[in-house]
Amino acid sequence: MSAGGLPVPGRARPPEHRQESTNLADILERVLDKGIVIAGDIRVNLLDIELLTIKIRLLVASVDKAREMGIDWWEHDPTLSSGQRDLADENRRLRERIGALEATRGDENQGRRPLEGEKNDGTRRD
Amino acid sequence: MGPGVTDTLLYVYAVTDADLVDAEVDGLSAVDDAPVHVIAEAAVAAVVSAVDAQRFDALALKRSLEDLQWLEGVARAHDAVVSRLASHRPVAPVRLATVFTSTENVRTLLRTRARDFTAALDRVRGRCEWAVKGFVITGHTAPATSAPAPGLSPGRSYLERRRAERDHRAQNQHEALTEAAALHDQLAQLAIASRQYPPQDRTLSGHRDEMVLNVAYLLPNGEESEFRQVVDAYQGRHLRLQLAGPWAPYSFAILEGDQ
Repeated sequence: MSAGGLPVPGRARPPEHRQESTNLADILERVLDKGIVIAGDIRVNLLDIELLTIKIRLLVASVDKAREMGIDWWEHDPTLSSGQRDLADENRRLRERIGALEATRGDENQGRRPLEGEKNDGTRRD
Repeated sequence: MGPGVTDTLLYVYAVTDADLVDAEVDGLSAVDDAPVHVIAEAAVAAVVSAVDAQRFDALALKRSLEDLQWLEGVARAHDAVVSRLASHRPVAPVRLATVFTSTENVRTLLRTRARDFTAALDRVRGRCEWAVKGFVITGHTAPATSAPAPGLSPGRSYLERRRAERDHRAQNQHEALTEAAALHDQLAQLAIASRQYPPQDRTLSGHRDEMVLNVAYLLPNGEESEFRQVVDAYQGRHLRLQLAGPWAPYSFAILEGDQ
């Protein structure tokens, strides 16, 4: 998911009532996703807007949307969170790359024992 | 305020009690630096400013909202008006870019939904919102795998090293998530209400570390010290924590039936 050019450098307005300087992401997730919804005379569906759907929704996605995206740590076993899946994916890609490297080097691939713990890991490909 | 002038529209920031007077909103920095006005009707009042119809009609808005710099200006102005009001009175913030064509239409809205707005205001009367974010602390104890085991091929030792790093990060994250859940439990007990936000995407938030906690809590005004102590107690163990507030009660001044 590309979010080129973000975040935009903030125009440094002094924070009014908050001690910490408020970053844009914090403001956007509130003003775009929270607050009471009133049908004004000018109808703009914020979620129809391309930038919002692509970039801002990453940030202000409703909880339902977050669940669809796999961000649901508060409901499930923490070890199943998306970050872990990323790590597992990264690990699998890495192993595939190493496997290919070793194959081209002609190392004694046929004698390669499983690494410690590898037998418990269903994602092995080679 | 020029409601009769056709080239301006009315941008609505928030709804509050009907006792709000113009003097209270004097000098607020609004969208396009326009003066802020009060439209009171029934038991409630809307806080509005005039905006250029050329730039706030449906088509222009749709285009403008794609422009993150423009969006930032409007969002910050919106929040500035809302938070200034919220610092001394109950406020129900209205979602960004809520625009009306006339004062009369705003009055009609206030009249027809006065009861809903009052109920939303009652939920946040004398209360404010605090935000807690938690980030996984990474790399504070690097795994001791710098010396490759003798006899391993370079590929194998690289693989072993990456595996150890992976395990370490996974362990780190597991501890951070467990800690985040425990912290949230404690904070929620001190709060009147809480709402979870999805973790912010790194590219948008500008934070380097992974966010695993992003929650808004509703607290009585001025009663955040115990809350702050709990956050401090968890600070730096497995999580880097940010406490921000008081926010206007964006996450809690909601209408019946909304979320």
